[in-house]
Amino acid sequence: MSSFGSLGDPAATFVLTGARVLDPLADADGIGDLAVADGLLVDPASAPSDAPRVDGSGLVVGPGLCDLHVHLREPGMERAETIESGARAAAHGGFTTICAMPNTDPPLDEPARVAMVLDRARNRACRVRVIAAATRGREGERITEVGELAGMGIAGVSDDGSVVASARVARGLLAYLAPLGLPLIEHAEDPALASGSVMRSGETATRLGLAGWPASAELSIVERDIALADETGGWVHFTHLSTEGGLNAIRRARERGVRVTCDVTPHHLALTDAWVAGWRGFAWEEPEGVAADPFGAPLDAALAYDPACRVNPPLSSRAEALALLAGVADGSIDAIATDHAPHPRERKGVEFGAAAPGMIGLETALSLGLAAVEAGRLELGRLLAALSTRPAALIGETRSLAVGAVADLVVFDPGARWLVDAPSLASTSSNTPLLGMELPGVVRLTVAGGRITYRDGLDAIG
Amino acid sequence: MLDVANGHTTRHRPTAGGVVVSWPEPSGAPATGWPHRHLLDVDQLTRDQLEECLDLAVEMRERRLRRETLDVLRGEVVGLAFCEPSTRTRVSFELAAEALGAQVVELPIDVSSVTKGESLVDTLRTLERTGVTTVILRHSMSGAPYLAARSVPVRIVNAGDGSHAHPTQALLDALTLRDALGSLDGRKIAIVGDIGHSRVARSNLHALTALGASVWLAGPPAWVRGFESWPGVTVADRLEDALADADAVMTLRIQLEREAGGGVPSLREYTARWGLDADRLAVAQTGAPVLHPGPTNEGVEITADLAASERSLIGTQVVNGVAMRMAVLALLAQ
Repeated sequence: MSSFGSLGDPAATFVLTGARVLDPLADADGIGDLAVADGLLVDPASAPSDAPRVDGSGLVVGPGLCDLHVHLREPGMERAETIESGARAAAHGGFTTICAMPNTDPPLDEPARVAMVLDRARNRACRVRVIAAATRGREGERITEVGELAGMGIAGVSDDGSVVASARVARGLLAYLAPLGLPLIEHAEDPALASGSVMRSGETATRLGLAGWPASAELSIVERDIALADETGGWVHFTHLSTEGGLNAIRRARERGVRVTCDVTPHHLALTDAWVAGWRGFAWEEPEGVAADPFGAPLDAALAYDPACRVNPPLSSRAEALALLAGVADGSIDAIATDHAPHPRERKGVEFGAAAPGMIGLETALSLGLAAVEAGRLELGRLLAALSTRPAALIGETRSLAVGAVADLVVFDPGARWLVDAPSLASTSSNTPLLGMELPGVVRLTVAGGRITYRDGLDAIG
Repeated sequence: MLDVANGHTTRHRPTAGGVVVSWPEPSGAPATGWPHRHLLDVDQLTRDQLEECLDLAVEMRERRLRRETLDVLRGEVVGLAFCEPSTRTRVSFELAAEALGAQVVELPIDVSSVTKGESLVDTLRTLERTGVTTVILRHSMSGAPYLAARSVPVRIVNAGDGSHAHPTQALLDALTLRDALGSLDGRKIAIVGDIGHSRVARSNLHALTALGASVWLAGPPAWVRGFESWPGVTVADRLEDALADADAVMTLRIQLEREAGGGVPSLREYTARWGLDADRLAVAQTGAPVLHPGPTNEGVEITADLAASERSLIGTQVVNGVAMRMAVLALLAQ
């Protein structure tokens, strides 16, 4: 049985014995005991004698996960997700902090609206940080009151869903944000190049007769913003990076000292454009059928044109997904962020080209990462760093498993598998093409700010 | 199919987007009968099945000439769901269904709401409850027939979806070419025009290559790019390379509004570089026939003289269209 808690619950006290404790901040990885007393990590030897003890053998303990990019849909689209359901989905996925994007209805483009979301987010199953809109109404013209918003603890500003189309406005934002230490979080997509497209250009798009999104749509904005960040001293963060060209541009800019960071989604690492044609293998698996022979193989009528595979930016080719995965493995990609994008059924149960772009990701991110680890494409420590310590550092949080730190951690069984289906998900929505698949990695315990926010089994702790 | 490294992953068959209500099983089909419940594209057909379609269409054509009454669809209700303007394909299907004894109904689909993606599944579900057993679907969005086939337990015949497929057109083109050339094996067929946006071209690529032909594509770069690695297909840099020694030439209708999309600077320049006339065809095999899915923009992609010449099979294509659609409907009803 699984259950959810909240950040308003009493602080936790327990001892977990014999687990693999992986602490990227301390560069530590080993089997040991972990003790929490009144929400703080303590030396197991000095844990309270009456603290509940559970056997952690076979389990992994890592720092609490941190997601730089989620859509909580509140206010305005609560039938897709609410702050409460989104926070539960986060806790179920092992996350202890999520950053909510501002493209709600109305958008989070003024201090009162940000304050309202922060107020509604109090004492949920996960910490919720807000990313404020970069421009009023997300219209790309007048910048928001970033100074006052910075004082409210926002994680950055973004017009996500759209790029800041005007280079002049983007330049002004980067200059204004620089002394505040906040990033402009860019959805890098040239609107003219991407116009009308519904999937990534390439052989699969050609086969399917779907209008293609060229890689240059991302690269042209990445190069533009790098030039602007270089000139202004500002910090640009590219979210949901989806092209190898964009990643290489970021690597080059970083070498010459430009302040530039980036994240990639789990689905751009694990899924490929062949999924739109009905293939259901991960990027690192040997392509078969339509993935190996995009023109000749017959389409699987049950899975082709699945609207759940419509995302923006669109799923990349296999080669690019593997290049992005290599970017996580070598550390040049700072973070894995889900772009959790819930949609109600009526916006997805339509023709592919009419479907709202986006898929949910909070509850499957760790599992997709673990599938890459199982396949030998990624080290577990790198995965956890990209899901926790490194994104946390970008928004001014720390994640440590050292004695004395506030307990903020995830405990998961990397070998166990779970069936992704609608009842298994805490999200209000279930728009993911992973439905019906079995994935590795079951979260057993999430502890945020010393409180148990999610628990599956480990009954003695309850 | 999907082993993760250590090989113990087992997967349930995923469902599309969680929106699938029922995936209609192709139950009841006899082992020797037609194995497909729907016709979504010709890519699902083996070469033998393609030939079977063509052979049955020949038989249907003859029986229709003899004014025989057929009743293989007696008791069936065929719904025409044309979510995009069309005259010839709709009329062709209507005649085919009636010739097989079916009752035909026009489905009241509002073109404007469908382009917004609102009502397709809902409309089809309603109609299925009213007794429609086969839906002929024309839709402006690629893949719409797949959504329909997953969502509603009726037979779906794709009458053209977006830029993706137009299987009955490809079948009737294959029949027209087979009649004219004897066999498609080893033949060179040129297709000229906006391949990228053409459902007719895509389905023809599947059908013609499966029947043994090699297909050469020619047109403005933006309209032919991306097809280079399609097996059996060559993208020509110059029109004359595609036409040289071609056994047959097919040209496509130019969507007049595409001029603005950057494919060509002007229709005049398109005609000057890729328009078909008798002079250009001189490099093809002597008497090589010319096909066009219609309706033609005479004077743009083809001259009126050529379209009306004895090399033109445009009229034959229309005649074969009804016979081929009879064959398809009869096969699906098995």
